Amino acid sequence: MSIAVYVFVMAGVTYLIRAVPFTLFRKKVTSPFFRSLLHYIPYAVLSAMTIPAIFTSTGNVLTSLAGTAVALVLAYLGKPLIVVALAGSAAALLAGFLI
Amino acid sequence: MNKPFFRGLRDGIPIALGYFSVSFGFGILCINLGLSVLAAAGISLTNLTSAGQVAGVRIIAAGGTLIEMALTQLVINLRYSLFAISLSQKLDSSFTTPHRIAASFGITDEIFAVTYAQEGKVKPAYMYGVILISALGWVGGTALGAAMGQILPEMVSSAMGIMLYCMFLAIFVPPARKDRGVLMAVIVAALCSILFNTVLTFVSGGFAVIISALVSAALCALLFPVAEEEEAAA
Repeated sequence: MSIAVYVFVMAGVTYLIRAVPFTLFRKKVTSPFFRSLLHYIPYAVLSAMTIPAIFTSTGNVLTSLAGTAVALVLAYLGKPLIVVALAGSAAALLAGFLI
Repeated sequence: MNKPFFRGLRDGIPIALGYFSVSFGFGILCINLGLSVLAAAGISLTNLTSAGQVAGVRIIAAGGTLIEMALTQLVINLRYSLFAISLSQKLDSSFTTPHRIAASFGITDEIFAVTYAQEGKVKPAYMYGVILISALGWVGGTALGAAMGQILPEMVSSAMGIMLYCMFLAIFVPPARKDRGVLMAVIVAALCSILFNTVLTFVSGGFAVIISALVSAALCALLFPVAEEEEAAA
């Protein structure tokens, strides 16, 4: 299948998710369950996407583990996104030279 | 001179810088997955979303179905609907329907956060300013990352494959540390995802993420319902 078709579907769905409520919605979400579900979904999605994919993200488990460990510590300390992302990559690169 | 527009550009500079470095990693990921520079930049220009794009290019690389693509984007990006609803309550009266149709394209986590934090009502020009500079950073970083990915040594480009995942850690670890509900959502989703990757491998990647996230978020919504004020601050 052509990549353009995938991109069209991907962009179309993403746009409608934003545009439909932004254009039409004028009330608040009142259902506590639905509100809570929307609150937890971003974190659950990011976690499911990251684990276990991060452990093979460099193509090598050892360098991936080195990057993950450094990123995890910095993320736990609340460092900015860019710092965590760059330090994780740098740690994976460094580990690659050492192995 | 249109003041709200320039104020938007200024407020968007930190977003653009952050997007640039992260989308650089996305560009490299695209090249590693066999996509072209043009496809990578095209995806960033038309989608303007990080997690959804990473999941999307994985589905493209794996030759997944269009249904899988649509459902994956729906679940991963569903939070934008919540942002859109929140933001719709804060719009200036000059924010007419055509402006809403145009500006909704740029509702991302960071653009929402900056725009929503504004004092008073939000004008269309302000939001366009924030979106324009942020999108420049996002698309520019992707194109440069993809182009560099083709010339960078294999060792460097593969090490950069971890960059976006590290950023995801930086997004969900700090709130998980403070909030039991988020911690549980993160742990349950990770366990489900591991289960799909090791035992239930017949389920494709996109669906594995959707199911893991929905099961985990629904469980946490039942066990740790969010109070109104908390949700507004998130």
